[in-house]
Amino acid sequence: MIALEKRPQPSQAWSLLTPLVAVVITMIAGGLLFSALGKNPIEAIRTIFYDPLFGEFAFYYRPQLLVKGGPLILIAIGLSLGFRAGIWNIGAEGQYIVGAICGAGVGLAFYPTESAFIFPLMVMAGALGGWAWSMIPALLKVKFGTNEILVSLMLVYVAEQLLASMSLGLLKNPQGFGFPGSRNLQDYASAHNAEIIAGTGMHWGIVAAFIAVIMAYVLLNKHILGFNIRLTGEAPRAARFGGVNPTRLVVFCMGVSGALAGLAGLFEVSGPSGQISIDFNVGYGFTAIIVAFLGRLHPVGILLAGLLMALTYIGGEIAQGTLSLPAAAIQVFQGMLLFFLLVLDLLTNYRIRFGKKGIA
Amino acid sequence: MDLSAINPVLLIASLMVAATPLLLAAIGELVVEKAGVLNLGVEGMMIIGAICGFAIAVESSSPLLGLIAAMIGGAVLSLLFAFLTQVALANQVASGLALTLFGLGLSALMGQSYVGVKPPAMAKLDLPILSDLPIIGPILFSHDPVLYFGIGLTAAIWALLKFSRIGLILRAVGENAEAAHALGYHVVRVRIMAILFGGACAGLGGAYISLIRVPQWTEGMTAGIGWIALALVVFASWKPWRVLLGAYLFGGINVLQLNLQAAGIAIPVEYLAMSPYLITILVLVIMSADKSRAPASLGKIFHASQ
Repeated sequence: MIALEKRPQPSQAWSLLTPLVAVVITMIAGGLLFSALGKNPIEAIRTIFYDPLFGEFAFYYRPQLLVKGGPLILIAIGLSLGFRAGIWNIGAEGQYIVGAICGAGVGLAFYPTESAFIFPLMVMAGALGGWAWSMIPALLKVKFGTNEILVSLMLVYVAEQLLASMSLGLLKNPQGFGFPGSRNLQDYASAHNAEIIAGTGMHWGIVAAFIAVIMAYVLLNKHILGFNIRLTGEAPRAARFGGVNPTRLVVFCMGVSGALAGLAGLFEVSGPSGQISIDFNVGYGFTAIIVAFLGRLHPVGILLAGLLMALTYIGGEIAQGTLSLPAAAIQVFQGMLLFFLLVLDLLTNYRIRFGKKGIA
Repeated sequence: MDLSAINPVLLIASLMVAATPLLLAAIGELVVEKAGVLNLGVEGMMIIGAICGFAIAVESSSPLLGLIAAMIGGAVLSLLFAFLTQVALANQVASGLALTLFGLGLSALMGQSYVGVKPPAMAKLDLPILSDLPIIGPILFSHDPVLYFGIGLTAAIWALLKFSRIGLILRAVGENAEAAHALGYHVVRVRIMAILFGGACAGLGGAYISLIRVPQWTEGMTAGIGWIALALVVFASWKPWRVLLGAYLFGGINVLQLNLQAAGIAIPVEYLAMSPYLITILVLVIMSADKSRAPASLGKIFHASQ
């Protein structure tokens, strides 16, 4: 029989190893899935993980790694703070949308004035929009004890409707020949989140993501607030006795994750995407949940996990073109990754003993 | 705007149809939560049920086989959750989210060749005299069998939880897993069974959308109904009859906003479409003041060694 024995302390080695093992197992399981779809598994895995980095057209795909990884990292860093403290903001997708709407709205309000102040104002509006959207579940939780998981998720659907309404109504391009969608911010110099160094994919959103990684690292390791977050997650009762104010923690964690998600939305709408349109959001807010877990809720881990997840997005797109692999296959692939990660997490906290009779 | 175009009898009849997927999923989740497990994967299990049911119904041209396949599909996916949370002792919130993300992706993959296909229709109840009665006929006696099954299931679960030994064990496991374990009940086994039941119910609810309510297959067609079902369990304070009431309330709101859209009311369509989600939030706020009804062990990991 196999029995589980709780480790006195979580294993450091397994905690670092599990993401890697999970990725390897996901590749194997993904290969099986792709072969079930009638594709050559080795070719599919190579297309997804190797070609974007070292293939023939890698010069085009490498910058995309930053473009896709930036928002994922930015959102996941915010989410990880809350997840560590047991505060579950899973509505980042909605905060991302509202941040984009607010930021783009401010930019479009100034059209066609050119000024260096417009983009910073948009950044602030984006962060504020995301923050405000996340304050709804946060305040309802601290005031009424409402479940933040359900409220933040419901608000994603509300935000999607709001996005549809904005791109068909208020923010619609008056010179767009009746097509839905706002003016393209890429054609409006003051509001355009252009590449900082041409051809690298590096825009202000990526810079913000790197800053967020560093700030989160400092916060969690050097600041009392970060210590309180970790304490609340690991020993809620001890945290309460230690004088940690749970209300402030909820408001802080939800607020930061909302603001970062809003920023990600703003940088996306003013940069790579360019305009507010009905299908503007592509699920970064949900994928960021996987990124946060894959990165072990650790800032550096999230940085790496974000880049890996960006790789699967890009590789998935290439595989769609060359192998006609369906887009949903990549979504399944990402979901599997989270599954294997959660299963393997067992090894961090428990030791597996063979030969003894189980009790459970 | 022409409000007189809205027929109250048809409104009530379609409200019952709109409420059924919610009711089925929420009753399943109620049993799961009564056993002390929080499965946030309802949305994922529903959409898997929707596509499994749809695919099998189209292939076999039998809606009944489709519904059975949907239940199996939902249960198989929930088995994954059961393994994660009961055997691998993973965090229930994270596992539930994983289930939803995975289910949405897998269903889109499975459903590719079924977009735009029409499923076989489910026969409606047609009683000789009763179904032809004015008002009462369309409301009470001319629905599909699944709708009646949903109401019957609610009654059955209510009776099971209240009067039977199985219900007592289930509640014991959910209220105090350690005590139930000490009494010799297999906590993990009971919970796995409850999770499987929840999965089958969610799958059936999903298939109800794709086979009867809509009836067609589109990606992500459950559109948050699984999440509303989760909210509904809180709204109902973990009581089966209140789940029924809540499901009809939400079904009613949804049908009403669709009718208002069709009647061309001055409010833009998008804002009307928001209303079910906003009302869910409102109801959650009102109901969450009283937490005493929640099963005491809800969401806690149980391992016999601790």
